[in-house]
Amino acid sequence: MPIETPTTSVVAAEALSRRNRGGHRGSSLRRGEARAGWLFIAPTLLILLVFFLLPVLAAMWVSVSDWSGKGSPLGANFVGMKNYNELLVKPGLAQKDLGTSLRNNLYYVILVVPLQTVLALTLALAVNRRRLRGKGFFRTAFYFPSVTSSVAISVLFLFLFNAVGVVNAVLAWFGVNGPNWFADPRGVLHLLLGALGVDTSNPPAALVDHKFLGVTWWDWLSGPSVAMCAIICLAVWTTAGTFMLMFLAALQDVPDDVVEAAAVDGASSWQTLRKVILPNLRPTMYLVITLGLIGTWQVFDQIYVMSQGDPSKTTLTPAFLSYQTSFIAGKWGHGAAIAFILFVIIIVFSLVQRFVMRERETVPRRRRISSWEKHR
Amino acid sequence: MTMTVSGRAQTGPATAVTSSWAGRSRRSGWLVYLVLIFFALLYIYPFLIQIGTSFKTNADATAHPLNPIPHDWTLDAFRTLGQVDFPLWFANSVFVTVCVTVGRVFFDSLAGYALARLHFRGRAAVTSAIVAILAVPGVVLLIPKYLVLVRLGLYNNYGGMIIPLLADAAGVFIMRQFFIGIPAEIEEAARVDGASIFRTFWSVVLPMARPALITLTILSFQGSWNELPHFIVASQDPALNTLTKGTAVLVSGQLGSGAQFPLKMAAAMLMTIPVALVFFAFQRYFVRGASAGAVKG
Repeated sequence: MPIETPTTSVVAAEALSRRNRGGHRGSSLRRGEARAGWLFIAPTLLILLVFFLLPVLAAMWVSVSDWSGKGSPLGANFVGMKNYNELLVKPGLAQKDLGTSLRNNLYYVILVVPLQTVLALTLALAVNRRRLRGKGFFRTAFYFPSVTSSVAISVLFLFLFNAVGVVNAVLAWFGVNGPNWFADPRGVLHLLLGALGVDTSNPPAALVDHKFLGVTWWDWLSGPSVAMCAIICLAVWTTAGTFMLMFLAALQDVPDDVVEAAAVDGASSWQTLRKVILPNLRPTMYLVITLGLIGTWQVFDQIYVMSQGDPSKTTLTPAFLSYQTSFIAGKWGHGAAIAFILFVIIIVFSLVQRFVMRERETVPRRRRISSWEKHR
Repeated sequence: MTMTVSGRAQTGPATAVTSSWAGRSRRSGWLVYLVLIFFALLYIYPFLIQIGTSFKTNADATAHPLNPIPHDWTLDAFRTLGQVDFPLWFANSVFVTVCVTVGRVFFDSLAGYALARLHFRGRAAVTSAIVAILAVPGVVLLIPKYLVLVRLGLYNNYGGMIIPLLADAAGVFIMRQFFIGIPAEIEEAARVDGASIFRTFWSVVLPMARPALITLTILSFQGSWNELPHFIVASQDPALNTLTKGTAVLVSGQLGSGAQFPLKMAAAMLMTIPVALVFFAFQRYFVRGASAGAVKG
């Protein structure tokens, strides 16, 4: 699943803990607490050290070594930034594959994050209505895919989107001849340009001659492939339910009086939504978009099950490329380096997003109310 | 307290909050139902097709993809699954999931209790270290985890599949939050009466923590049952395949090359059933776990 619920809970737990800190205890009872404390935390700490800190250090070393997968990585030679150089700078297959995977994942992120956020919010607003019959039924229906295994969902979508599958059968009702989804590497932006009369078999020289990360500008502008679109549908469909629950919980906290005031002042539903409800959902929006960004850059399971990067590498993602480069091609240095590059990308995206949403996030509730007063 | 945040998703006074807003647009009420029913269909129908297709013949599945009712009922798909070690994968999944869940619930509550209640030097540092660890995306750790498993002789055995999953920072925080939220007087009374710290934790604190423990059990069950990438890097012996890995290999391997959709749908359906049962039985705990993140602040 693109999204991991436990991570979610922790963000919340942290937020809450800041409030609840404190609590006084009799100091006579504290004797032995230090020992017990470390003892209690030891199993968790030990596992985290061995299976988290150690791996990170090991991977850091492998990413600057020529380890071939045989024997101890410690016996490998130090090669400096060679692996990173071959991935990011030196023209070649390694660079082109990384560039392609980044392009694919970028389109995936750009489409999945907004779509799942909007869908989740829409579902939450609809389910949150008063006197809605079957509220629990709808909530369960939308949330259920989130708890099922990504493998099972991927298998299901392989069937839905196969050439003679459910989606194409539905498209046929409208006279549309559906594509052979998972065998179609054509980029949808290219297809769109073609439909607008641009000669896509003969793209402008300026776009073909220039490359970034081994991929021509023209290919950067391809859009997601038809195959990737099917996986995008899967991601949006699956994760919207989790985020809907978050929005639902947040909707409970929209201050009653403000909504009332807006209603009394004769604001339309749309105005109330935009000026009153959405500003109050901002912290949740922030959470949902952050979790969305982190999750979508890590897409792996679906690619592994559905496409293994095919067709024509248009569903290759950095996470899968990292796995493939190491475990299949045996280039462990490259694989580890790709993992670190992906890590940096995720951090950068989260920071950019934090920066973009920062200013509005700090607006206190009072100001939000008065800003409504101004707008009426 | 974290655990109650979403309790209000169902009932609670706050439901009325946005209702005046929603209520005013009652004229558009039918539109909302239309939207909801449309999406409900979009969310439920694929599962009906999945169930129906499992009982179809290959030809029927491709000829009538939209019809969830088989033309000729057959159990061929399930028989084939029996031949491809599906029962073994199921057993592996059950074994790994049970071990991980029991271990996680125990270790998480121990650690959560220590971080919430016990005073020791370095507690704050440990707490922030765990937060930092959570921020690292899991997929990035796949290769390094493999390296460590091989070095420790844990590659390709149950130990390697289970032990790394026992550390669960998210669960530690859920427990910590719960323990912070309950009054300390009862435990203090027990301690004054001379009970050891572990004894107090085991016989006094844990019984009070039942709701949190159930939430944690369910999250761990769901997480380890659905886990795929860790099992891919932790083993290669087909005899160690779990349901997720076995099915993934089945679908992308030679059996998957033909259409064989009933077989795939049957596999997907069978692996969904246990989670579905737990989900419908303990739904409110799922909701709690997920929307624990939606805290207002």
